[in-house]
Amino acid sequence: MRSLFKFKGGVKPPTQKTQSVGEPIAAAPLPSHVSIPLHQSIGGTPRPIVQAGDRVLKGQKIGEADGWISAAVHASTSGTVVHVGPQVVPHPSGLAAPCVVIEPDGLDTWIDRQPVDISALTPEAIREALRDAGVVGLGGAVFPTHGKLTASKTVPMEELVINGAECEPYITCDDLLMRERAEDVVRGAALFRDLLQPKRVLIGIEDNKPEAVAAMAAAVKAAGEGFEVVAVPTRYPAGGAKQLIRVLTGKEVPAAKRSTDLGVQCFNVATAYTAWRALAYGEPVVSRVVTVTGNVERPRNYEVAIGTPFAELLALTGPRADTQGIIMGGPMMGFLVPDAQVPVVKATNCLIAHSTALFPPPPPEMPCIRCGECARACPHELQPFEMYWFSRAKNFGKTQEYNIFDCIECGCCSFVCPSRIPLVQYFRFAKSEIWAREAEKNAAESAKARFEFKQFRDEREKQEKAEKLAKAAAAQAAKKAAEAAAQAGAGENPATDVPALDPAAQAEAAKKATIQAAMERARVQREAAQPRNIENLSPTQEAQVASVDARRSDTGENENNQ
Amino acid sequence: MDFSSPPYALKEASVTRVMTRVLLALVPAIAVYVSVIGPAILVQLGVASAVALAGEAVMLRIRGKPLAPFLTDGSAVVTAWLVALVFPPLAPWWLVAVGVLFAIVIAKHLYGGLGQNPFNPAMVAFAVCIVSFPALMSQWPNQGLQLGFAEQAGIIFGFLPRVDALTAATPLDALKTALKLSEDNVNVASLLADQTVYGHFAGRGWEWIALAYLVGGLWMWQQRVITWQIPLAFIGALGAISGALWLYHPAQFASPLFHLFSGSAMLGAFFIATDPVSSATTPRGKLVFGAGAGLLAYLIRVFGGYPDGVAFAVLLMNLCVPLIDLYTQPPIFGMKDGQ
Repeated sequence: MRSLFKFKGGVKPPTQKTQSVGEPIAAAPLPSHVSIPLHQSIGGTPRPIVQAGDRVLKGQKIGEADGWISAAVHASTSGTVVHVGPQVVPHPSGLAAPCVVIEPDGLDTWIDRQPVDISALTPEAIREALRDAGVVGLGGAVFPTHGKLTASKTVPMEELVINGAECEPYITCDDLLMRERAEDVVRGAALFRDLLQPKRVLIGIEDNKPEAVAAMAAAVKAAGEGFEVVAVPTRYPAGGAKQLIRVLTGKEVPAAKRSTDLGVQCFNVATAYTAWRALAYGEPVVSRVVTVTGNVERPRNYEVAIGTPFAELLALTGPRADTQGIIMGGPMMGFLVPDAQVPVVKATNCLIAHSTALFPPPPPEMPCIRCGECARACPHELQPFEMYWFSRAKNFGKTQEYNIFDCIECGCCSFVCPSRIPLVQYFRFAKSEIWAREAEKNAAESAKARFEFKQFRDEREKQEKAEKLAKAAAAQAAKKAAEAAAQAGAGENPATDVPALDPAAQAEAAKKATIQAAMERARVQREAAQPRNIENLSPTQEAQVASVDARRSDTGENENNQ
Repeated sequence: MDFSSPPYALKEASVTRVMTRVLLALVPAIAVYVSVIGPAILVQLGVASAVALAGEAVMLRIRGKPLAPFLTDGSAVVTAWLVALVFPPLAPWWLVAVGVLFAIVIAKHLYGGLGQNPFNPAMVAFAVCIVSFPALMSQWPNQGLQLGFAEQAGIIFGFLPRVDALTAATPLDALKTALKLSEDNVNVASLLADQTVYGHFAGRGWEWIALAYLVGGLWMWQQRVITWQIPLAFIGALGAISGALWLYHPAQFASPLFHLFSGSAMLGAFFIATDPVSSATTPRGKLVFGAGAGLLAYLIRVFGGYPDGVAFAVLLMNLCVPLIDLYTQPPIFGMKDGQ
């Protein structure tokens, strides 16, 4: 038995998992339409490669990865593309994003699925194949998987961690996946192992899922692999990649580093599963297992086509009459979606029917009493109450001194706060303000650089022009002088010897004077341009300041309303 | 639809819950107080609570804050009880009222109310009153009050004359005075042998109250209302310095046991120095804060001009909190030494 490490902090909310594990994973029926967002992973937004009217098959690529950190998207069923354009997507903002809407033909016809001969492919080709199959991290972060499958050049890979911890309350999709499809999960882990060449493979599962632990251990044995299946203590957020790495290996991955820099990498079990399906069965990621639970009659896990509207999926489980809204994700890090028609995406691991009976609205926010409960609960050992003071005061420099960007927004601090302060919201606000300011600063700096370069170019051109003119004038003067000299030479002039030098000297003097004048002009212009520089930039800067202030006062009002 | 923000699942926790636990933890000590000294303390607790709530309500009104959530948060009552417990049991009611009002109005609300006060309000009240009314603040019964409840209340409310014979100095004060008066002729051991004043180990009657504070404090720790660092560092520092001087010159210095269970050492260690608002917040900072308070309490009570030093010690350490917190920030996840 492997000796485990502890991470500090963490909380133990009621797990609420038993409701949805009674029944096996069911295939959700085809929805009335699927709306497939093109941007479903961290990184670039894939380009649509279909248009309205196109017939598509299940698994057909409809969005092409537009860079290395990007992943393709595919039609999740066969049918007709009816619309390519902005549609509402599951995001707290309620903003629309480019989607491909498909009307299913009801046949659910697959493309010609071509298994890949993995042994014949180079690691590079395998990574490309995963990108084109749309394999992304299904634990919630949706980082393109192929981007994590390159070991550090300097640090040898020691551990590959397969994350089956599933620490958030209510969610059971990984549990059921491990129970029912352990073999493919293990094969996927073996695929990652082959690419990363770690010394050990550790599969971490919270000890509240003994069936999954047993199924995975049996599958590892059956596959003849030496992977260790480790039951880790149930404590939120044990399933956070950094926390699980800490528990299994003792390593702490700081915010500024990649885990491969410490010789470790972590993938979710469902990611391993889809990676294996993509290569061994030729099935790109067109569906995923989603837990549908909360205020419903029949909580259950469903295999759901990507793009299925939440409302249609939720309807399968019989939401109760007092249901108000749907949470995507768990009750700790999930969010209420602004519209029940938003589609299931690759990041959708759970839908929770929300009701005020299930999640009573918090009592009004009280002042912080500095009790330090949040600091004791923080798995990253931050001082949330200090970050809160500074976020509230909009002293963002200080929030960074207190390492606000190490915050993983797990919600432990808000969970324990006796003053019911929505701490995570304050930190998100501070982070987004810092990002916005940085973007503004960068924009202002590049504008200034552009302006200064233009000024420099104008001046250079003027100078060149002045020089040209001066040269021309000098040439003219020299010509005149030469003519005069020729004339003088023709007549007998006693002063011939001395003034013979005159034309050249005159030309020289004229040239010098012209250059002097040009330089003087340039200097005057430069000086004149300097104040204009401030005058010109000032309004833009003022506008920027005004827009920032406006946003500030908006959020300030929101704070007061809370 | 209510778009409250994640997390949607919340632990059952509130300021009221925290403060209620502090009050509950004081109950054993109050019970012992009533039985060994007398029920006068109940009158003081009542007066203090009523004045605190009234003062809180007025200040909330003036500051335009909602009354209900803040009057029910329990913080004003905690302050009131602490003031009552550190004042002499037969102090006139107006003295307690002045102390409580100073704590609530000036030390708390003028600094921004709940969560904003840099100084412990109850200790501010004590400091202000012992400086302004030294005589009244020094009249402590040296044994159980041989009076009925009505008479005790009568004295507090001024209907009955204050009988000087009823009040004396605290054991701490008595010992200090005795040592000062007798120069080198007497030693601590023989003084402490007088059980009518000094009880079994630290002051007749008062030692049992101190023990009850310890019990209540341990319960608060078990309930996660307080952490172990401040009380342990306070007791450790007070015990260490008193122990060292006691070993050095036992005739002149009382034992650590005496110091830990006399005056408001136990109350200070568990209920006053642990006030989250005005004390240090980092784990190492709490150790520094607690140790500093324990050390200063001893120095003031033994070498200073006041009978007890806990209040001034805590206030002085309150001053240092921003500095302590700044220099004791714990390393964060992934940024520890050796990584």
